Amino acid sequence: MSKFTPAKTSALGDAEPRIGVYVCHCGLNIAQSVDCQRVAEGAADTEGVVISKDIVYACSEPGQQQIKQDILDNELDRVVIASCSPRLHEATFKKMVESAGLNPYMFDMANLREQCSWVHMNDRENATLKAETLVNMSIARVRHLEPLTEEILPLTAKTLVIGGGIAGIQAALDLADTGYDVILVEKNASIGGVMAQIDKTFPTMDCAI
Amino acid sequence: MTDVGRHPRIKLLTLSEVVDVKGYVGNFKVKIIKKARYVDETSCTACGDCAKVCPVLRPDEFNIGLGSRKAIYSPFPQAVPSSYLINAKECLGHNPAVCSKCVEVCAKGCINFHMSDEEIIEEVGTIIVATGLQPYDPTEMDEYGYTRFDNVLTSLEFERLVNASGPTKGSLIRPSDREHPKSVGFIQCVGSRSAKNGARYCSNICCMNTIKSTLILKEHYPDIEVKVFYIDIRAFGKGFEDLYTRSRRMGAQYIRGLPGSVEEMDQKSLRIAVENSATGKLEFHDLDMLVLAQGMKPAPSTQRLQEIMGLQLTSDGFYLEAHPKLQPVDAATRGIFYAGCAEGPKDIKESVTQASAAAMRAIRLMHKGEISTEPITSVVITEKCKACGKCAEVCPYNAITVDVKNKRPAVVNSAACSGCGTCSAECRFDAISMNHFTDAQIMGQVDSMLDIAPAEKILAFACNWCSYAGADYAGVSRLQYPANVHLIRVMCSGRVDEKFIWEGFRQGAPVVLVSGCHIGDCHYIDANHWTEKRVARIHKKMEKIGLRPERLQLEWISAAEGILFAETMKKMEILRRSVTAEEIAETQNILSKL
Repeated sequence: MSKFTPAKTSALGDAEPRIGVYVCHCGLNIAQSVDCQRVAEGAADTEGVVISKDIVYACSEPGQQQIKQDILDNELDRVVIASCSPRLHEATFKKMVESAGLNPYMFDMANLREQCSWVHMNDRENATLKAETLVNMSIARVRHLEPLTEEILPLTAKTLVIGGGIAGIQAALDLADTGYDVILVEKNASIGGVMAQIDKTFPTMDCAI
Repeated sequence: MTDVGRHPRIKLLTLSEVVDVKGYVGNFKVKIIKKARYVDETSCTACGDCAKVCPVLRPDEFNIGLGSRKAIYSPFPQAVPSSYLINAKECLGHNPAVCSKCVEVCAKGCINFHMSDEEIIEEVGTIIVATGLQPYDPTEMDEYGYTRFDNVLTSLEFERLVNASGPTKGSLIRPSDREHPKSVGFIQCVGSRSAKNGARYCSNICCMNTIKSTLILKEHYPDIEVKVFYIDIRAFGKGFEDLYTRSRRMGAQYIRGLPGSVEEMDQKSLRIAVENSATGKLEFHDLDMLVLAQGMKPAPSTQRLQEIMGLQLTSDGFYLEAHPKLQPVDAATRGIFYAGCAEGPKDIKESVTQASAAAMRAIRLMHKGEISTEPITSVVITEKCKACGKCAEVCPYNAITVDVKNKRPAVVNSAACSGCGTCSAECRFDAISMNHFTDAQIMGQVDSMLDIAPAEKILAFACNWCSYAGADYAGVSRLQYPANVHLIRVMCSGRVDEKFIWEGFRQGAPVVLVSGCHIGDCHYIDANHWTEKRVARIHKKMEKIGLRPERLQLEWISAAEGILFAETMKKMEILRRSVTAEEIAETQNILSKL
């Protein structure tokens, strides 16, 4: 039940990988403590790197468009995006590389913001050195990436709501009114929670129940 | 509330607790224990005849002990379900010689002493955690005399006394003499915003709740004297400032300063000593009644559920969301969402808003009717597999089967595999690979990192869910630490293979750190137990071959522990400085001979 077509380029073959590297400024979030241009230039000479650029906002629409165009123009088969934490934008870039025809797993993010520029703010030289190393580590990683396909699994369209206070009640009703089955579990003998004990409520000064 | 009770799509389980959750997004299997009610919920009409004849009188929890109820009772008049229940510990029993009065009077025969606790298994696709709060118990703040003086109440007790359905039918009386108080004081931030008592955080609702109470008092008893002792009044929400203004216009006095002491005077009145920080003077106020605006704490079940579901908590004890700004109702575990005070102190409007958001997020996942899962699962390399069974032993999900007897290679059930990678790290034959976190990919990162000036660098492995997130949190908090730390992200610390560590030392790494979720908090049930065992094993080997074991460190760092992450990195740097060039060369020499 494959959702993706395999990468059209040499991801599985023995051919030399074609890597694109993008070093994001994130406005000044990264650029104020990391010399992004130097990092991008340093990566350009690395084996397998076809194109290496610094970019003001990789996640912005023009930023994504530029990377996408580069993938197509240069037949890149894997990408390094050195920007923020993958915990923030991995999904964004996954969609982006996929829309450029690559397998969505053929990219890696080097965390230059949360784990570099923001934590070494007064040490531009060492922050830049670290950024260079992080980008090199990412290049080494993407060299070995393999295309993967997501699996589609069945799902039970039912929700367990734990707690029958005002929040649990509201969530349960919204779900049930939309047509989903709900199991509402409450440890006390009645739902209502703390709210039921309250007389009037702010800001409307009306009854809680 | 009644909508819930009669909704055809809602199955309401009261007196019930979730005791186990297994599975993954779209396919959770939940075990629930439903305690015996001893009254048939479906046939009880809440006529109350049973309670009339019940001889057992007990304090009523709903009214916080200010009223009484029987051993067979309805929790409160508007309860859903409305059915009565029996507290079996209080009931005298159905032995006719002792008592069975309720059974005799129940015309519909709803009472059944033979009911027992039920175990219910449900399969669900998504989970919304809305476990709520518990009010702060001010017993420990003895300076306010909550346990010593009759007329010192908590804000929730006060609520019951002014509530029309409460024990006094809404008439405010002093517990000591049942007289109407002529003056009432409120002390704010009880158990909130304090480094000493309760919590450091602001409980969010107490200012507005007190303002509301002052309005109720002034509406019911225009001549009553109302004084509020506060640090700041936080009336930041829509319409809140108007209420605050109204309260002051109606004559409530706001005195800036928290009382230092409360003493009981004649007639059980109270004398409060407070330094008014607006005037800088010590003032004494005599009041008939004092209300402590108690803060809120996470519900008692929070930690137990957190362990069952592998969720994370903040240092305040509330559930930690996947992202404080962009995913405020999502748990880090896909398919689990938060609503209400489980996630942090909030008022009713915010709870309702968040609950609707959580419902929407759950619907967003479920409406397709199927779920796509990350292909980050393990793969057996059949020709290398010796069918030893180690991978199946370490798998927290029982996702691997090996026919050890007949030497048939391991098989991975990819739907059950969650992708921790412990199997891959534990396999001695490199016969099981972890998609997207293969040996080649991680070794590539290690080699690349240590390519230039390895002696200057710190090699650190971090699990995606806790330690890597903790490092991100340090970043968001702008906590500064040495710039030579380089993190390699793995899904779970269980993935950190022995050979990555040896390779690090072989390449000249002075120190190595392995970090993961705290024991008990592992995102992959208990995969980090294997990390702990593995690191202990490596420490032993290091000692045996003449390497200082402390050069390999293991640290548990949660997603909320940015400070701990930064501190750990500073410690690692001190440790790194203790490793000399000679020591590194000697290590490389030793390892090259093995």
